[in-house]
Amino acid sequence: MVPASARKARPKYLSLPALLFEIRLPLAGWVSILHRASGALLFLATVWLLFMLDRSLASERDFDFVRHYLGLVPVKLALLALVWAYCHHFCAGIRFLLLDLHRGVDKASSRLTGIAVLAASLALTAFFGARIW
Amino acid sequence: MVKRVVVGAHYGLRDWLAQRITAVIMAAYTVVIVAVLMPGPPLSFAVWRDFFAQGWMRVATLLFAVSVAWHMWVGVRDILMDYVKPTGVRLSAQVLVLVTIAAYLGWTVQILWR
Repeated sequence: MVPASARKARPKYLSLPALLFEIRLPLAGWVSILHRASGALLFLATVWLLFMLDRSLASERDFDFVRHYLGLVPVKLALLALVWAYCHHFCAGIRFLLLDLHRGVDKASSRLTGIAVLAASLALTAFFGARIW
Repeated sequence: MVKRVVVGAHYGLRDWLAQRITAVIMAAYTVVIVAVLMPGPPLSFAVWRDFFAQGWMRVATLLFAVSVAWHMWVGVRDILMDYVKPTGVRLSAQVLVLVTIAAYLGWTVQILWR
């Protein structure tokens, strides 16, 4: 026998256009999905970061190569994206730790801390980005 | 009222807790490193090399790297469990991720104690 859940037609709102254009995430949802996306990005980028750490500690010549390499604009932009990913993951992570401790769970303060996370991670990215540039 | 019987070996709770503990370790390391490096002079090779040659720095960085590895494993595994439904594909991806993380960790040790 087919279970009732399998026979039921899919709700129309799970169509791709609906997911992309109609269903809007609440602010806390954006913080959450960006936390996941930034985490995935950092996992993939670790090989690149390790490469640069490895070269920068290898010898004076390799250190100078990394310094020159980090001066290239596309490299700077990629690094800036990773700086944002780290800052966002850091700030949103602290927010999730506080939520685990039942701090800021109600609707109003959850929205407030969500805004704070997005703003703080952008501000930190601007600060460290200015240092890189 | 339905009385639920929770069964299993609580592996989920262990991973959940590990992810949070490693997060705190990584956050502390990050704050310390930024606080130590930010006010200093522009980095030269000698300063950079000596910084990573210090005993506490090597141990702290290794602790950080192990935390990253464990935290990454739980996080990426969660992503794969959420989005990759066919068991075979998911298992293969998980093995690939584990091998990658092990390689990251091995490389870090190699960099720190070259």
